[in-house]
Amino acid sequence: MVEAFFEWFPTTWLGLFLGIEQTSAFYFVAIVLIILAIVLPLLISVAFAVYFDRKIWAAVQLRRGPNVVGPFGLLQSFADGLKLFLKETIIPAGANKGIFLIAPMITFTLALISWAVIPFGAQMAIADLNVGILYLLAISSLGVYGIIMSGWASNSRYAFLGALRSAAQMVSYEVSIGFVLVCVLMAVGSLNMTDIVEAQAGSILNWYVWPFLPIFVIFFISALAETNRPPFDLPEAEAELVAGYQVEYSSMAFALFFLGEYANILLMSAVMAILFFGGWYAPIPVLDFIPGWIWLLIKTGFGFWMFAMVKAFVPRYRYDQLMRLGWKVFLPLSLFFVVMYASIMVYADLLPTNG
Amino acid sequence: MDIALADLIFYLFASITVASGLLVISAKNPVHSVLWLILAFFSAAGLFVLMGAEFLAMLLIVVYVGAVAVLFLFVVMMLDINFTELRKGMLQHLPLGGLIGLVLLGELLTLGVAWNFGDNVAQNVSAPTPTLTDTTNTEALGHLLYTDYIFVFQTSGLILLVAMIGAIVLTLRDRPGVRRQNIGAQNLRKPADAFKLVDVESGKGVSLSQKKG
Repeated sequence: MVEAFFEWFPTTWLGLFLGIEQTSAFYFVAIVLIILAIVLPLLISVAFAVYFDRKIWAAVQLRRGPNVVGPFGLLQSFADGLKLFLKETIIPAGANKGIFLIAPMITFTLALISWAVIPFGAQMAIADLNVGILYLLAISSLGVYGIIMSGWASNSRYAFLGALRSAAQMVSYEVSIGFVLVCVLMAVGSLNMTDIVEAQAGSILNWYVWPFLPIFVIFFISALAETNRPPFDLPEAEAELVAGYQVEYSSMAFALFFLGEYANILLMSAVMAILFFGGWYAPIPVLDFIPGWIWLLIKTGFGFWMFAMVKAFVPRYRYDQLMRLGWKVFLPLSLFFVVMYASIMVYADLLPTNG
Repeated sequence: MDIALADLIFYLFASITVASGLLVISAKNPVHSVLWLILAFFSAAGLFVLMGAEFLAMLLIVVYVGAVAVLFLFVVMMLDINFTELRKGMLQHLPLGGLIGLVLLGELLTLGVAWNFGDNVAQNVSAPTPTLTDTTNTEALGHLLYTDYIFVFQTSGLILLVAMIGAIVLTLRDRPGVRRQNIGAQNLRKPADAFKLVDVESGKGVSLSQKKG
């Protein structure tokens, strides 16, 4: 995507008018522009995701939800953002100042940099890495640190307990997510995100959600746990831990956590769309005239809708039940599915031949 | 990418790695030490990417930063050890540590010299390492690990499995008298097992069985 922009822009009338040439300085500018072109719409969609989340939640409970600020309450998230922006950042007296302030930044940055490898269409990713899926796994495993650091640096028991819970939970469910990814990767024969989508080309029948339905369910539930969403939002269980690791945070520091959390949920929805719902491909080839990124947007929206619905109607787990589910149910189950799918692919001769 | 730029990035990552390595041993707060260690891992992964070993770089982050260092951080945060007490003897042990460091440096130098000026240099250089344009390094590693080194690879996996089971066996203790949730039994429980409906005649009452379910 960066290369294409780098070669294309100087040939446009604006590029010619500004006298831009293909120099390394322009390459740098091109990268920054492409990143902004991803990050700004992402942040706006995070704001709307929060709004839709609240609206869906309200609809399930027969409430109205946000409906005051702007038409249908659409501007509610922006009003909330402005409010948080204008408030004072309070640093607790006993807090470890540096780490306390770095933690929300880490969470937010990690939530954004994962989007670098998400392909929005053919040749439309900032970085089309060979190890794209491993990169995602690496970044999501780094996500634990923002939470642990915030919990520890807050110097508060509630925050610390929340952070420990969150870290244990994320590490546990990453294992089953890893095995789910292995199943899909065996069918694709590549770690590249674009290859994963292209392996599902054709119609809706070629999407991996059909052959991999059981592991899709495992992935979805693990993704809920990985993003600390209900019913697995134990780290911020308000009834017992006030707000978990976020308890001492105010104003922008809190907003960064909040934005990072929702950006992560959108990321998980996008990854789900790429792994199981054919990424940027239309469900029937006739609809291919609609640009790929719109399809990815629709599929991501569907994933987010499922996240929101689960939040609305599933009660919170108890922590020991959560750990039991992760280690005693999902780990053996996903391991079994890896072996099962591998055997099926070997004996039915379905393995992608890679030389 | 320009060669000069690649050099610049190498020196950036390398100096961050070395500096954070130094801070690991000199930081006063053990939690800070672990965080510096994570930064060291992270910039080492950056160096791997710079050498074109993207698979190793990602694995380094997933395994060391994502799992091992989290456990380090857990332990360091939870244990209430007075690290200033432990640190008192640091100067006494400094010569020993320095000696070990020197031995390691010597070994690395020997290795470097042997690699560059040894007898079988030509053989090493012409080793069948496929270029990045031919095959991705995940694939190249897979081809090597699952053909030539399959037995070594599987054996090391087996050793790790045994170690894991060993650790579980050593720490598992069966405490009597602990009431555990049995989800299967809970789900199998029918309303008929738990209560019964009784027609109560007015003014008579019912005799309850003493058994509590």
